[in-house]
Amino acid sequence: MSTKNTYTVSIYTENNVGLLNRISAIFQRRHINIESINSSKSEIKNVSRITILVKIPEDQMKKIIGQIEKQVEVIKAFYHSDEETIYQESCLFKLSSDLLIENDEIQMIINQSKSRVININKDFFVLEKSGSKEELEELYNILDKHGIMQFVRSGRIAITKEAMKISTMLD
Amino acid sequence: METREKKSKKEEIQTNITISGAEAVVKCLLAEGVDILYGYPGGAIMPVYDELYKYEDKLNHVLTRHEQGATHSAQGYARATGKVGVAMATSGPGATNLITGIADAQIDSTPMVCITGQVASHLLGSDAFQETDIVGISTPVTKWNYQITKASEIPEIFAKAFYIARSGRPGPVLIDITKDAQFEQFDFSYEKCTSVRSYKAVPELNIEAIKEAANLINEAKKPFIIWGQGIVLGEAEKEFESFIEKTGIPSASTLLGLSALPTKHPLHVGMVGMHGNYGPNKLTNECDLLIAIGMRFDDRVTGDLSRYAKQAKVIHFEIDPAEIDKNVKADVAVLGNAKETLKAIAPFVKENMHKDWLQKFRDYDAIEFDKVIKKDLYPTKEGLTMGEVIKEINNASEGKAIIVSDVGQHQMIACRYAEFSQTKSNITSGGLGTMGFALPAAIGAKMGAPDREVVAVIGDGGYQMTIQELGTILQTKAAVKIVVLNNEYLGMVRQWQQLFFDKRYASTEMTNPDFVAIAKGYHLKANRVTKREDLEKSIKEMIESEEAYFLEVCVEKEDNVFPMIATGSSVSEVRLS
Ligand SMILES: Cc1ncc(C[n+]2csc(CCOP(=O)(O)OP(=O)(O)O)c2C)c(N)n1
Ligand SMILES: [Mg+2]
Repeated sequence: MSTKNTYTVSIYTENNVGLLNRISAIFQRRHINIESINSSKSEIKNVSRITILVKIPEDQMKKIIGQIEKQVEVIKAFYHSDEETIYQESCLFKLSSDLLIENDEIQMIINQSKSRVININKDFFVLEKSGSKEELEELYNILDKHGIMQFVRSGRIAITKEAMKISTMLD
Repeated sequence: METREKKSKKEEIQTNITISGAEAVVKCLLAEGVDILYGYPGGAIMPVYDELYKYEDKLNHVLTRHEQGATHSAQGYARATGKVGVAMATSGPGATNLITGIADAQIDSTPMVCITGQVASHLLGSDAFQETDIVGISTPVTKWNYQITKASEIPEIFAKAFYIARSGRPGPVLIDITKDAQFEQFDFSYEKCTSVRSYKAVPELNIEAIKEAANLINEAKKPFIIWGQGIVLGEAEKEFESFIEKTGIPSASTLLGLSALPTKHPLHVGMVGMHGNYGPNKLTNECDLLIAIGMRFDDRVTGDLSRYAKQAKVIHFEIDPAEIDKNVKADVAVLGNAKETLKAIAPFVKENMHKDWLQKFRDYDAIEFDKVIKKDLYPTKEGLTMGEVIKEINNASEGKAIIVSDVGQHQMIACRYAEFSQTKSNITSGGLGTMGFALPAAIGAKMGAPDREVVAVIGDGGYQMTIQELGTILQTKAAVKIVVLNNEYLGMVRQWQQLFFDKRYASTEMTNPDFVAIAKGYHLKANRVTKREDLEKSIKEMIESEEAYFLEVCVEKEDNVFPMIATGSSVSEVRLS
């Protein structure tokens, strides 16, 4: 079989409750694991943008784009390789506040990793970090030694280097 | 046609009136030109039924005996007329019973709108009585679906539903309506839908692709056309016929494409696929140009893809962009409605004849006749064959009948031997292969085309899956002719058991009831044939009957259908025995 690549799928859609179900079913039917999924508004008024990360061969990717675009409420779907996009994920760590007092190392980790304390109280503080999945993973591994109380990571969001010829399509 | 068009234009925009959601449903159907629908009532859809009662003179509701029957009848109606079929059911079990028919319509691109009742919106998600998430359940098998919770949504959603169901590559749409939305009063006005911004019904015509395709066609020495249901759905029969006549290209049909071109047309070289004809299957792997028109390279057509038409360049005429390169890679894709694309390519193709190449198909025909067809149509052994029954139907109906076939050996035999002289005459469940399809589909076909002879050809197994629809025939007097080819087996499965499982006939033998007595119980004319000498006159009597007629033909129990391409084999490995 052809080699698998990581692709960011960007889907511009009408706002509809059932649509996410339709789209995820396209992947599920073909036993494709969705690495991450994110839904948000887009640059166009009343148009949503779904961002999905998958690892599949390109010929399969093309067919799936066809199946996605076939859905009535999908306006347009694109797929891009990592090189063609600027992308990020973001994550939150909940850590014990004791670490800030007792552990000098933590302050250094925060500074070096370019992460941000976004909440602090006497029991815990919350650290936010955005970046590539690898960067987030690296920080996770470092903090893991000190005890992570809670961790969550978002789906990938991505902007393409090339223009998406989507706004013009709607006029 | 013209006058109807004008009339419906007038109906398009109705003046504001305050009515209930339920009445609005009926008004929407009328505005879309619906005059018949199939369904089954129940709690959650009762307000709509109450309106149907009031509008009885304008809208004919046919009570089927099972909701599955309602969908297949709607499909039969749609396939015979080209119009959108409509089916209706209550929530819960009524709605889930529609699923088989919806899945069938989805895979066979049949325009259908299904309407289901739903529990009141404040009960949604509470596991209320007969609540089922039908929108969730039907999502993977519908072209589009929607749940209406406010009456004010009804006009727009119905207009959109009909537009989506019938436009582009047609398909089924489901609308779920909560009971409170059916009761709610609102100001009704209706406007037909002519576009949906996120949905492109038909891709734009690309003249470059047309020219490129024409060049390949003009240069080809051994071009071969496989057409599918796209010709019928696109109503492109005339354009198709002139295209092949000008180019002189031998043309074969898929199962669902049958009847788009008269069987006796000199360039019609038969059917491709698992039980298709010898020549077109073999020569798929010999042509230098394969022109696929309105077909989707189903695995039952292609056999082993890695050995399918590898020597040939491929042109794919197709309305659905997602079908391009899905199974077979196209050298040139011509996107669009076949009617438009065939019209557009006509001036670019040269007049041609491919006499020697066409002769190759005829040579294979002769082999197939010798090894298979002779035995099927002119048997010398005692037992009746399915083939000779179809032959007698052809004779008695002069090839003018709509043949509705179920699923199994009889289906393959019916599609192989039925003679079609008119389009929209072959109605069968292709992609899903739904046993139980034919009887209710024949009812819908007869109601859609009352002036045509409609003959359902059904196996003894599939017949018993929707046999209750005899009640619908009794009540509506739909004059369908029912032929059950009784081999006392689930024949197609038995054939596979014989060929691939060393004759271990696990659960394929059937102890059958007295079918004639059952038909008579429904007050239908009914007859049984067991001997060859009675066949011709029994079929004639059936065809000549003004009313519905049931005919059981007891056929040879262990006959097989050939040619056959075994699963995993290449088209060129098609076997004759
Ligand atoms: C609903 C459904 N269940 C099972 C099958 C699998 N199947 C395909 S053909 C067939 C046998 C059909 O028997 P019968 O209706 O007697 O027709 P015959 O092949 O004998 O002509 C079966 C069980 C199917 N296609 N549809
Ligand atoms: Mg049988």
